[in-house]
Amino acid sequence: MLSLVIFLPLAVAVGLYAVPRLSDRVVAWSWIVACAVDFALVIAMWIGHGTGDGISYEANVRWIPSVRAGYHIGVDGLSLPLLALTSLLFLACAIYSLRQERQVRAFAALFLFLQTVSLGLFAALDLLLFFVFFDLSIVGMYFVIAGWGHGDRMRSALKFFLYTFLGSLVLLLGFIGLYLGAEPHTFDMVELTRTPPLAGSAGLGGLVLLAIGIGLAIKTPTVPFHTWLPPAHTDAPAAGSAILAGILLKMGTYGFIRIAMPMLPDAWRRYAWVIIIVGLISVLYGALVAFAQEDLKRLIAYTSVNHMGYIIVALGAAGAVGDQAARQLAVTGAVTQMVSHGLITGALFLLAGILYGRARTYDMGRFGGLAGGAPVFSGLVAVGAFASLGLPGFSGFIAEFQIFTGVIGSGGTAIVVVGALAILGILITAALFLRLLHRTVLGPPGELTAQVTDVHRSELGAVAPLLVLSVIIGVAPRFLLDVIEPFSAAVVSLVAR
Amino acid sequence: MSALAWLLPAVPIATGVLLLTGRFTLGRRTDKAAPAIAVTAAFVALGLAIAAAVARPVVTFPLFGRLPAGLAVDGLSAALVLTVTSVSLAILVFSAGEFSPDESRTRFFGLMLVFTGAMLVTVTATDLVVLLMGWEVMGAMSYALIGFWWRDPRRVGSGDVSFITTRAGDLGLYFAAGAALAGTGSLDLGGLAAADGHWRNLIAAGVVLAALGKSAQLPFSFWLSRAMDGPSPVSALLHSATMVAAGAYLLLRLEPLLAATGWAATLVAWLGALTALLLGAVALAQRDVKQLLAASTCAQIGFMVLGAGAGSVAGGIAQLVAHAAVKSLLFLGAGAWLTALGTKDLTELHGAARRYRLVGVTFGVGMLALAGVPPLSLWATKDHVLSAALEVSPALYAVGLAAALLSAGYAARAIIAVTRPVDAATRVDTEQTGTRHVSLLERVPLPALAAGSAVLGIFALTPVYKAWKDLLGTGPEPSPGPAEMAVSGALALLVLAAAWTLMRHGRRVGAAWTAPALRWFYLERLAELLVARPVFALAKALARFDDRVIDGGVRATAATGQSAAALAGRGVEIRVDGLVNAVGRGARRLADLARRPQTGQVHTYYAQATVLFAVLIIIVLLVR
Repeated sequence: MLSLVIFLPLAVAVGLYAVPRLSDRVVAWSWIVACAVDFALVIAMWIGHGTGDGISYEANVRWIPSVRAGYHIGVDGLSLPLLALTSLLFLACAIYSLRQERQVRAFAALFLFLQTVSLGLFAALDLLLFFVFFDLSIVGMYFVIAGWGHGDRMRSALKFFLYTFLGSLVLLLGFIGLYLGAEPHTFDMVELTRTPPLAGSAGLGGLVLLAIGIGLAIKTPTVPFHTWLPPAHTDAPAAGSAILAGILLKMGTYGFIRIAMPMLPDAWRRYAWVIIIVGLISVLYGALVAFAQEDLKRLIAYTSVNHMGYIIVALGAAGAVGDQAARQLAVTGAVTQMVSHGLITGALFLLAGILYGRARTYDMGRFGGLAGGAPVFSGLVAVGAFASLGLPGFSGFIAEFQIFTGVIGSGGTAIVVVGALAILGILITAALFLRLLHRTVLGPPGELTAQVTDVHRSELGAVAPLLVLSVIIGVAPRFLLDVIEPFSAAVVSLVAR
Repeated sequence: MSALAWLLPAVPIATGVLLLTGRFTLGRRTDKAAPAIAVTAAFVALGLAIAAAVARPVVTFPLFGRLPAGLAVDGLSAALVLTVTSVSLAILVFSAGEFSPDESRTRFFGLMLVFTGAMLVTVTATDLVVLLMGWEVMGAMSYALIGFWWRDPRRVGSGDVSFITTRAGDLGLYFAAGAALAGTGSLDLGGLAAADGHWRNLIAAGVVLAALGKSAQLPFSFWLSRAMDGPSPVSALLHSATMVAAGAYLLLRLEPLLAATGWAATLVAWLGALTALLLGAVALAQRDVKQLLAASTCAQIGFMVLGAGAGSVAGGIAQLVAHAAVKSLLFLGAGAWLTALGTKDLTELHGAARRYRLVGVTFGVGMLALAGVPPLSLWATKDHVLSAALEVSPALYAVGLAAALLSAGYAARAIIAVTRPVDAATRVDTEQTGTRHVSLLERVPLPALAAGSAVLGIFALTPVYKAWKDLLGTGPEPSPGPAEMAVSGALALLVLAAAWTLMRHGRRVGAAWTAPALRWFYLERLAELLVARPVFALAKALARFDDRVIDGGVRATAATGQSAAALAGRGVEIRVDGLVNAVGRGARRLADLARRPQTGQVHTYYAQATVLFAVLIIIVLLVR
């Protein structure tokens, strides 16, 4: 079942090429149908998994037995929400791309390939398998930016590729460290989690955490490894940006929770404060730099740095001493934030793409008063902005409130100060999103306002479900939290070992 | 039973959300039906509030992990939900009459309903999460309503200022929630006062910050001045039963927490009293009737905050309820004149009360209540708060009494301005083109609110006040004696008379004296200079730093890699390659040499063999 979910998109991609002379419309619709079926399958898995602890839909096939690496996959309370997010966001991108005109078949195939890679990564229970998917995601996104981007796209794509590829190499180094540290040597995540490697040697454990940490920090990204993100987003096509921010960034934070925390609990606890500080800097620095941006996509990109920062702070706090229940709350908030950020930022990037499609620029200063000619578009932007600034009633609040309360509630004096400073982030994001609304959506019309027509049906169909789901999580979050909470309880006790 | 606790906020919120969704999916066609739908929803909400006040429903539900969350209507909440729903119904009826059909009515009524519903969530929440959810949604709705006429950048800016300022305060609640979890292991409002040690202080600090921001107390008062840029019904709702009232409600609800810390109660009491005094002065200096009312709101809320600090919960809530009736009445009156006459300038409103008698009479009743004239409502409620202040400290009482006299002063100014006959200098339509008409729907709510403003003076009667305290379930509180009440009433009348005489003689205070008060003590300018601009400058600087230094570092690394490659290409590679080439060249030269003897002619081979043989013989001879 799980393998079907993972490889269905790839199979459809191959199918698109196997059948000769397909019209663009057929391609687009078969892409949408494939995504919808995949999404439905994930929902079925969600129902089948229930709210229990542990791994379901597990499969373990021999792959490279000489290094004890297997095709080992499965889902738990961390991967399920991300699998659901992935399949939904790819579906939204497929719907959004109904208006795509250039090389539709290649575009669809590339996205289907990326979907398989992303789903595979979130289901992988083997480090080598994880790494393969991790690297393939970089390759796929490189071609999306280089092939369908705009502006200085080759340069941005190359920067993205080299930077994140470098990160993946460092990550591989860390994985090899884990492999060598385990007795017997293995790449199997379940075994590595059961008996953490390098438990006895603090120095080596620290080095391996450093390698894994840098590798994942580049992908997440945290300050100071974030500068590949703004150009990659600015020059990527809208659907590419949505996937990059919504899914690919999560691979970094996912890796922290899935690999770094449970496999290197000693080192995680020892260096918890480094992680917390890096997260805090990402929160404040990302928000402040976003505040000063003139380019809409760069602004959203920097808010991603801010939002990912909350996750890092929460995960760091889970390694610091403190109340167990509070740290669980923080981890649950971090996982919720991963889903929430994917929905909201995915929607915002698609909206930015609509703006670019009409006016060929992201410069906010050249718009204004869009609410007059494009009320639905403006309404969606406003809803997205308030969702992103963490207004209650949207998923962002559910995530961030849990993070703040969990971090402060865990009790140490220093961590209370960190929590208080991190809260400032939501004030800055409020200011920057109101500035965005003030300059582009409201006020008197600007130079390019006349060119911006309202959303088309397919665009509405892509963006609205993401925001509606964010509202559902914001109002009735239990269906999501019920799945996450057993996992976060487990991970907190694993870190405490 | 518990369904009632859900339905009460759900009806206005769901109706509001449906209206807003309809606006964006069906378009402006919904504008025609929107007022009727909204008024119906408000009416249903009032019915539900009455039922809830009787039945006292309680509902708890899981939200985060094992932390309980819930909605409940206890005595305190019952008083609030009745106030909120009745005031909101009155205002929506008025809006149905005031808003012309070409305005985006669906959006307006949808936002107003969500606004009301969010306040209902806030006042019925039993824990910090649910409270914060209502609290912040209310802030967002007030942003959208203040900036309702979004084409005007000044109004949008006012929305920005309001939201950012109140959210700055809201951070306190986020912080308090974390501290509550650490200090009590729960987010329950009832348990906060029992938090251990310094956690209790941290919780109190966060709560006080949030309440001061929301209630526009010093030093946050300026946002309420900017909030005047919204439509008048918005001001009427925002200033009476929602938004600013929420801060006071929170402090009154958590009075045990404030009292338990000690310092928080004192701080809150003094800040409330000072706000009442200073913003009373601001109100006295205003020339615009809506600005006067806004400053007076800060001042009157100051009495509620003072009540929370001084331990007078019943008095503070009574003040809240009475003020809600009075202030909504006054804003609706001012709004009716603004629509009809196109002005809200006090000097241009001369004769307004004579032209529109019903508006004039009800406005007069509201203003007299605001002045603290017996036997009207605010006279009674304010004295309850002041008597509690007297118990705490005479200085606090003195400040509060001075503030009360100021309210008589500005009320007198407003009454005189609107009742004095039209003179040659009076102009209309200074702001917008007036309709010269106050519609029936605009007039309907005014007598009801005026009656409320007057009748609530029964709080002065001891049995009534005792029943009120029983309803709220508060402990023993000091009540003013008849002498105190008589004195304060007499003083209010005296101030009214003095102001009347002064103004009749056309006496004016020098502009230099009133300038700081007229400009709200430059609080907005200060906030901009000290906070907003430095933060934005920091953001700009960091953005440059990010481009030049951090990304510059990455680019430099990449460039270093490139130049290293170039160096390797030109320097090292050429040498290595050169060596290889040299070996090759040498081999070729040797090969050339070696080829030379290969001529294919037998005689040369003989000659070579002979030479070689000779060499061999010589070598053999030499070696041997």
